[in-house]
Formats: sequence, structure tokens, C-alpha cells
Amino acid sequence: MNLLYSEVEDDLRAAVREVLADHCPPGAVLGRVEGGEPYDPALWRVLAADLGLAGLLVPEPLGGQGASAREVAVVLEELGGAVAPVPFLGSAVLATSALLGCDTEDAGVAGLLGRLAAGAETAALAVPLSTAPGSGFPAGVRADAAGRLSGTVTSVADASAAGVLVVPATGPGGPGLYEVAAADAEVAPFVSLDLTRPLADVRLEGAPGRLLPSGDAAAALDAALLTGAGLLASEQLGVAQWCLDETVRYLGQRHQFGRVVGGFQSLKHRLADLWLEVVSARAAARAAADALASAGTAAGVEVRVAQAYLSGVAVRAAEEGVQLHGGIGMTWEHPLHLYLKRAKADEIALGTPGRHRAALGDLVDLPAAGH
Amino acid sequence: MPQEESRAGEEELRRRARDVLAAYPPEGTEDVEFLRARFDAGLAWVHFPEGLGGLGAPRSLQAVVDAEFTAAGAPDNDPRRIGIGLGMAAPTILRYGTPEQQRRFLRPLWTGEEVWCQLFSEPGAGSDLAGLRTRAVRDGETWVVDGQKVWTSSAHNARWAILIARTDAEVPKHQGITYFVCDMTDPGVEVRPLRQITGEAEFNEVFLTGVRIPDAHRLGAVGDGWRVAQATLMNERVAIGGTALPREGGMIASVAAAWRERPELRTPELHDRLLGLWVEAEVTRLGAERVRQQLAVGAPGPEGSGLKLAFARLNQRVSGFEVELLGEEGLRYGDWTMVRPEKVDFYGRDAGYRYLRAKGNSIEGGTSEILRNIVAERVLGLPAEPRTDKDVAWKDLPR
Repeated sequence: MNLLYSEVEDDLRAAVREVLADHCPPGAVLGRVEGGEPYDPALWRVLAADLGLAGLLVPEPLGGQGASAREVAVVLEELGGAVAPVPFLGSAVLATSALLGCDTEDAGVAGLLGRLAAGAETAALAVPLSTAPGSGFPAGVRADAAGRLSGTVTSVADASAAGVLVVPATGPGGPGLYEVAAADAEVAPFVSLDLTRPLADVRLEGAPGRLLPSGDAAAALDAALLTGAGLLASEQLGVAQWCLDETVRYLGQRHQFGRVVGGFQSLKHRLADLWLEVVSARAAARAAADALASAGTAAGVEVRVAQAYLSGVAVRAAEEGVQLHGGIGMTWEHPLHLYLKRAKADEIALGTPGRHRAALGDLVDLPAAGH
Repeated sequence: MPQEESRAGEEELRRRARDVLAAYPPEGTEDVEFLRARFDAGLAWVHFPEGLGGLGAPRSLQAVVDAEFTAAGAPDNDPRRIGIGLGMAAPTILRYGTPEQQRRFLRPLWTGEEVWCQLFSEPGAGSDLAGLRTRAVRDGETWVVDGQKVWTSSAHNARWAILIARTDAEVPKHQGITYFVCDMTDPGVEVRPLRQITGEAEFNEVFLTGVRIPDAHRLGAVGDGWRVAQATLMNERVAIGGTALPREGGMIASVAAAWRERPELRTPELHDRLLGLWVEAEVTRLGAERVRQQLAVGAPGPEGSGLKLAFARLNQRVSGFEVELLGEEGLRYGDWTMVRPEKVDFYGRDAGYRYLRAKGNSIEGGTSEILRNIVAERVLGLPAEPRTDKDVAWKDLPR
């Protein structure tokens, strides 16, 4: 297990960081949130198409970069650190992973993956963001024999930025994944806790869908959720690291009582404890990414450990950030609340820590009471 | 180091180890004789210089040598019994000792023929070690030492001690300290067991009354003892091994075993907490593994300085949970008899012992509070604690 960053990964990080520094400083993100158009299509174009990040997980013959979960994790660290309003998780991780679990020999699947990888198309996986891996195939959408889909999926991430929805639905032949044009669905964004990853309810009323051939649609969906959960840990790491760095920076310059606030021992100790958690979090997030890259769906333990741990660290880092900033941390004008909201939403996303702990109990033979 | 060179180095070390094994077959050789031969072949600590038990090889190659000897069933020097000597005295002697001192002390230290202890902490000088008051007064070519030391493991078995004492009270506290090697058989040394909350006496109090130390046993310059002691203490906190820790190793292992073997102990609430601790144990292990990988590629980061803090917290939480998990059985305690263990053994005893002994993890070798200061100041770059005693002569400090 390699828990370090390779030179290639360091270079990738530097490239992403440079783009984000140019295109989305925290102040600009805040402005966009208030402007009513939360996603930044120009930034997404640069990241997805120009840097090729949308195709990291897609094999080269299909038009992607043929990279692995390790590189995707590095990108997510940076995107988390900037609370960048782009549909990377929904499109380049969740929807792309689900498609990679389908029959990629199929021209339709391969074509869609190629368009996603090129940044020419954006997709969303139509499941509630709160769905944990291992929770079974969703029952909310049915497909008829003609491939028309009806039903509702609530709380879908990145749906409002997507041109294509990958919809799990139960048809005459059982569970399947369907490609649906977003224009044929009613995508209704709602006011979301997380300002930089707004969610939408998706209503399908006889929407035309194309069944994506797959050996086992339920397995493909679950693998996508497991990949998403494991990689979300790296986004949470990015959120936590930004909150820690920014809080240390601020406390190193703010004066009260004629002293630098960061010199008070009670605050130093809280920041040292937070740093310690971020150190463990980084190791756990790297372990999950490395295990996904090398073992795929056999990475259950690493993914569950990372999710169970990182959710708490990101939330704590953001909460400590707000408290230790004092009054300014409670204002709308300071970007900290964007991180707090992302951290709190990420705690629920793709399974709560408690869900992941329970799943871990089965994986490592620590059975629940009564079993 | 280029890979080919590293491989060549490995082969050479393996060959040397096999030569020692051929000349001193472990079955037919006294342990001490074998260990002396291994030292003389430069295979004791390969990163030490030639002639002092090493070959000036990269430290990472020690594992190769150890594996070779272990595979052949060779005796080892029981490193946990002589941890102070190996981990603290030896690197300090190597760095600050004279050639005579190095030749005299390092070989029997490594073979375990001479046990070492550390006379640093005092009843009045714990976290503020530099405030120590044990005095060393010069008398010609000898120093006369009076004072009291505490928390000294192995003092009752030790032949030698590393000692810091105040040689000048007229200067600020850090400047008036000198570092010595103290003969524990001196008639002025009195060792008394110090009983801990576990019932046992793993440590000692050491009373020094008119102890005479030849000037030839001084390590470093007069008044430079604080700097020398820093080298010792750095080594105390860097205790990360060369091999990966196993998943579910350490204290979580006995908790997990109890959970699996005894379904009657299980409740839903304990289950969630157990899994939370399992996760904490795993991420702490991964954190240590990441530090190990950084060291292995020669790119150490600041992360290592947090490991002791992390493991102290983990051990305390896990051992506390274990006692609670055991329920009625947790009300029993194995044995309060004042035994004198030669080494700490967390696993040979019951959960209550582990719980009590782990309380020391956040005190010994730097309290967690001091370590948090160090992280905040050296890693995060926050301001240092205000120092009111920096420019004051030691004798004028309030006490």
C-alpha cells in the first residue's frame, strides 16, 4: 500500500491548484453563489476539457486519461480545498464509474464515456446523494418495455449541471441503468445546505431512456457508490486542510490583549489536535484511494474506514474554524461557511459515518449485538 | 542512493552475516560471545561507524541484517530490556562521546552485558527539565554529584546512567547544565523502587549523595549539557520501526478478540463505539505507516512529531473501553503486588492493567500538553509560549 504522492500526482495537484487560484478564489465562489448560478461552466470547461480531468478514470482507448483513483483523489483534495462549484464528483466520479461498470464494448456506453472524458458532455448519477454503498438497488424509478422511465429521485448531486442522467431503474428485465437526456426529465433544484454543491429532485414522467447494457446493473451501481464514497474522503481532506490552514493563518496575525491570538495555549492545543486529525485523515484518504486503484470493489475496508473517519474530521475542522475565527467566522462575507456547509453535507453524502461503521463491522468480523 | 548500490550493499551485509553465523554457530556459542562477534563484524547497528559496531551503511539496511540473523535462529540482545541504552545513550555517545568513551561503552551496551538508565527527570523538574537542581561540583579531575532523580526505569539493573546535572547556578537554566556518564555502582547511588498506580514498580527513584564521577566520563563540554540532552530526547520520541504495523495490532487486538469470543458482552451502543475505536486504531496505524514510508524514501515530513500524541490517546481510549466492555469481569484486577518488571508488557496482563499503565503514555517521554506546544510552534508556526525564565540566573528563579 502506497500512502505517499507520486511526482505525477504532485504535478497534477500543482496544475489544478493553479487553475483554481486563477478562476475561483473564495470570494468569487461566494459571489457566484449569490448570483443564482452556482456552477461555474467556464471553470468546469478548463478542468474537464483543457486539463482532461473529466476523463481521469476513463481508459485511454475510450478517450480518457487511463489514470486511477489515486489521481482522482488528488484532484478532489484540491477541489475540496477550493469548494469549487463544478460537477466533478457527480459526473467524473459517480456517473463515470457507473458507466465503467456497464458493458464498455457497447457503442452507446463507449460513446457516452468518450464525450464525458472529452468534457463535451456532463452527467449525473440519479441517486440521492445520501445513498451509501451496500444499500441495495433503489426502487423509486420504473421503466416500461419501451424504455420509458417514471418515478422520482430526490437530492441528486450535480443534476442541474448535467446534460445526461444515468438513472437506476427497474424495468421488465430487472434492475438496469438507463441513459436519459436531462432535457427529458424535470430537474428541480432546491435550496440546499451545501451552497457550492446544490442538489435537485429529478422527476421522470415517461421520459425516454436507453438501457445501458451491463452484466449486473446493481453491482455496477454499488461499485460506483463505493468508488464515490472512497474518493469523497479526499474531498473532505481538502476541506479540512483548508480550514486548518486558514485558521492557523488568521490566528497567527490577529491580535487581542496585545498578543497574537495564536499564541494562547488553549488555541494552540486545539489547532495541534486538529492538525493531528488531519494527519491521520490524509493517511486514511490515501489508503482508500490506493486500495480503489489497486483492488477496486475489494477496497471495502479502506473505503469504510476513510469515510467513517474523514466525515468527522472535515466537520470538526470547519466547526473549529468558525469558532476560532470568532465573530468574523460567523459572517456571510467570510468564506468559512461555504466549507462548513460542504463538510456537513459531505458527512451525509454517500453514507453517514455510522452507516460506514456498521458496514465495517461485517467486513472485519466484529458482528453487532444479537449476531 | 541508487537502487543497484543499495542491492549491492544488501548482498554484502548478508554475506557478512553468514560469515558470522559460520564462525559462531548459534547452537554451539554462548549468547554473549555471539553478540560480541556480531558487534565486531559491524552488524550491530549498520549505520554506526566501522569499529563501533557498524559499517557506515544506510540505516534502512539494518532490517536486512536482522532478518538474516533471526532466520538463522541467532540470539538477539533483547532490545526491550536495554531500550534506554540502545535508543538514548548510544546515539548520544556516538554524537558527543570521545573515541575512548565510544570504545569503552558501546560494545557492552549493545550486547546487553551492561544495562543503561537515564537520570534526567527530578521531582521538581518534569516538563521543565532544564530547571533541574541536582548539582555537580568540580573537585580536581572529579565531579561530586548530589541530588535526586525520578522515573528511572532499569536503575536497579543498570551498570551505567546518562545523567544531567547543574554545574553553574549563576547563569540561566539552560546554560548551566553538564552531561555525564554515571557509574551506578558508586556507593553514593541509592536506588528505591517507585510504585505506580498499576501496583508494580517499573521505575525507580535514584538518590545521589556525594557520587564521584571522573571528568573523563563527561559527555560534551561543561555547560553544554542541555544541547547534548536534546540529542538524547530526540531519539526518545522517534521510535518508529522499520516494519509496517499490522492491521488490528496493538491494544485494539485484545478488545476485538474479546468481542468475537464473547457474544454475551455485546450491546448496540458498545458495538458502535467499538467500531469507532477500530477506525481510530486503523487511521493511527495508517498515519504511522505513512511516516514510515516517508522515512523510507528519505522524505521525512512533520507528521512524525504527532505519532506519540496519537498513540497515547488511542491506547487510553481503547484500554478504557476494554475494561468497560468486560463488565463484571472488569471489576477484578490481576495483581496489585509490587513486582519489578524488566520491561513493559501491555499484553501479558489483564485489561485493568492496560488501562492503568496507558495513563502514563501521555506523561512519559514528553507530556501530551508539551507535545501539543511543540506541534503548534514547530509545525504550525504559532508563537512560542512566553518565557519569563530565559534570561534569569537559575539561582534567582522563583521556586
